[in-house]
Amino acid sequence: MQCATLNVGTGFGPIYSAALSTRLLAKNPKLSASSQNRLQSKIAREDEPLLVKAAKSGDATAFEELVNRYESKIFRLTMNITRNREDAEDSMQDAFMKAYSHLDTFQEDSRFYTWLVRIAANEALMRLRKRRPNQVSLDEPVQGEDDLIPREVEDWGPSPEQRYAQSELHEILDQVIDSLDPDFRTVFVLRDIEELSTEETAQAMGISVPAVKSRLLRARLKLRTKLDRFLRDRKPN
Amino acid sequence: MNCTNAIHEISNYIDGELEASVRIQLEEHFRECEGCATIVRQTEITIRIFSTHQTADMPKDIRSRLHEKLKQKLHKSK
Repeated sequence: MQCATLNVGTGFGPIYSAALSTRLLAKNPKLSASSQNRLQSKIAREDEPLLVKAAKSGDATAFEELVNRYESKIFRLTMNITRNREDAEDSMQDAFMKAYSHLDTFQEDSRFYTWLVRIAANEALMRLRKRRPNQVSLDEPVQGEDDLIPREVEDWGPSPEQRYAQSELHEILDQVIDSLDPDFRTVFVLRDIEELSTEETAQAMGISVPAVKSRLLRARLKLRTKLDRFLRDRKPN
Repeated sequence: MNCTNAIHEISNYIDGELEASVRIQLEEHFRECEGCATIVRQTEITIRIFSTHQTADMPKDIRSRLHEKLKQKLHKSK
């Protein structure tokens, strides 16, 4: 398996990462693919502050390395929020351009990635509001608790992964997440897909920790219910 | 603990963010209530399949346009 940080750019970031990666992976040759991914993610976290410092002092290569490192994740994030390729591309581009322009305002008391996610999530939500102005009310409290309790519960039997081919499962997941309200979808995407902490999600969205928890609970339960309906209605091949 | 309280704590339970006493009460409820036990199991499956079946591949044309724009931006600010 190749380390993503080795493939890109020519700045000191990849070299630094390569040295760390080689040293740490050599110590742990039997690591599974997922463990290696986590290790590489840790390495990326470790040299991120150095790259940010270099970028802030005007090293364009260091900023390019940060872009290379996070572009796919940021595109996936904006795509998941907007559910529209054009909006996702525009949001991602604007997020990186804004990050570069405002790099001097980044305080370095949080991760650069979290700061970038916050910018990208805002850009994506802004486009979503323009496209569907009545559907996004991120700063309003979530009302009502009465629909939280599922009315009917049946065992799923074999898991969705066992029941469907991968491409069919992706199609189902796309339709299910697409039907979730943007308020809930955004929290779910940041917490459960991008794996930000509750605090980082609150910071990224500019809402409180209790608001994140409340929306995450509802998002998870709604997705379960939607998936449940889908699985009941759609018989596997 | 009743079903309504249990459902409200499901997310915190999955994230391991409950105090031990609440977690024990909740697990007792799951042992007695098949419905809530199924919901928590299915919610965990839901989170797992969404997080593992997400690809982070960016189309090449989108990457090219990003880097073109980035070059212009970095060149301007030099």
